[in-house]
Amino acid sequence: MENKIMAFVDGRLKEGERLEMEKHLATCATCQLRVNEFRSVHALLDELPMIEPSAAFDLRVHARVAAEPVKQSWWAWFAPSPRVAFAASMLLLATVWIGSRKPENTLSAGDIEKINQNISALENYDVKLDFAPLSELPPPVLADEAIDTNQNQQM
Amino acid sequence: MARSDVQLMLDVKAGDEQSFTLLLHRYRSPLINFLYRMVRNREQAEDLAQEVFLRVYRAREDYVPSAKFTTWLFRIATNLALNSVRDNRYQRMEISLDAPVTVGAEDGDEKTLDVAEQHPNIEQHLVEETRRKMIRHAIEKLPEKQRAAVLLHKYQELDYGEISKILGCSESALKSLLFRAYETLRVELAPLVAQHGK
Repeated sequence: MENKIMAFVDGRLKEGERLEMEKHLATCATCQLRVNEFRSVHALLDELPMIEPSAAFDLRVHARVAAEPVKQSWWAWFAPSPRVAFAASMLLLATVWIGSRKPENTLSAGDIEKINQNISALENYDVKLDFAPLSELPPPVLADEAIDTNQNQQM
Repeated sequence: MARSDVQLMLDVKAGDEQSFTLLLHRYRSPLINFLYRMVRNREQAEDLAQEVFLRVYRAREDYVPSAKFTTWLFRIATNLALNSVRDNRYQRMEISLDAPVTVGAEDGDEKTLDVAEQHPNIEQHLVEETRRKMIRHAIEKLPEKQRAAVLLHKYQELDYGEISKILGCSESALKSLLFRAYETLRVELAPLVAQHGK
C-alpha cells in the first residue's frame, strides 16, 4: 500500500488504481490520515524560496568551456588545411597548363628533311677540312717541339 | 517554436555553441536550486552546476539521444552532489565538535539587516523564516539518496521512471524510498503538518 499512497498523493495512479485507492481510503482511517499528512508535507515543501544564479554564473561557465582544449578527431589529421588545399590545387593547375602548352621550336617536316640531307655532307671528311671556321685555328703543335720547349723552360 | 532539449544537444554536437547557451539558460536555475538543496552551500552549488555544464559540453561529441536530456543532466548533477555531500561529511568530521555554532547563520539563509524596513510585520516575517528553517533542516536530515529523490520528485517534477534512472534503482525501490522520505519529513515537520491540517 505504501507505494500506492505516494502515487495517489502525486495523482500518478492509473484510473482503476485510483478508484481502488479511494475505496480503500473510505474505510481506512490510518491510510486516510497518512494521505492528508503527505499532502501537507508536499505543500510545506513549496514554501522554500528559489535562489537565483549569481550574475557571473554564465560568464564562468563560458570561460571554462572556452578553456577546454580543442579536440581533434583521428580523421582530422588527414583533412588538408585550406591553405594546403589551395597550394595543391594551384600546383595541379600549373602542371596541367605547362603540360598542355605546344612547344614553340618544333621542327617542321621540311626542316627535318633538310637536316637529313646535310648529315651526309657533315659526315664527309673533305668537307670538314675545307670548313672555313676551322682554318682560323692555330696550327697543331708537334710532339718533338713540345718536349724541347719544356726542357728550355726547366733550364 | 522552441527547439527541444535533445535537438539543442544535437546542435551542440554539430558545433553550434549558441545551442549550448540556450541549454545553459534553460537549466541553470533548476540545476543550481537542486544542487543548493543537496549541498546547502550556494557557492558550492554554483561550482557543481558549472561542472555539470562542463561535463555536458565535454560529452557533446558522444551524445546519443537514448534517454531524456533531463535524465542525463540530473544524473550527472546527482552524482556530483552525492560525492560532494560525502566529501563534506568527512571534512566536517575533522572539525572540532567544540567549535561554536552560529544560530541561523548557515549559508543561504537570506538575511536582511533592515528586516523591520522591509517587513512591516516583523513577527509574521520571523514566523515564516522559522518555518522555512524547519523545512530546510528536515530536508537536510534526510539520507542523501532520499533527499535527492524528494528534490527531483517535488521540485523538478520528474516522473518515477526518470528519477529511478537518475538514482540507478527500480521504480518500485524509488516509490519505497520516497515513502520513507515523506515519513521522515512528516515526523520532522509534525508541528507544521498539524497546523496545515487544521
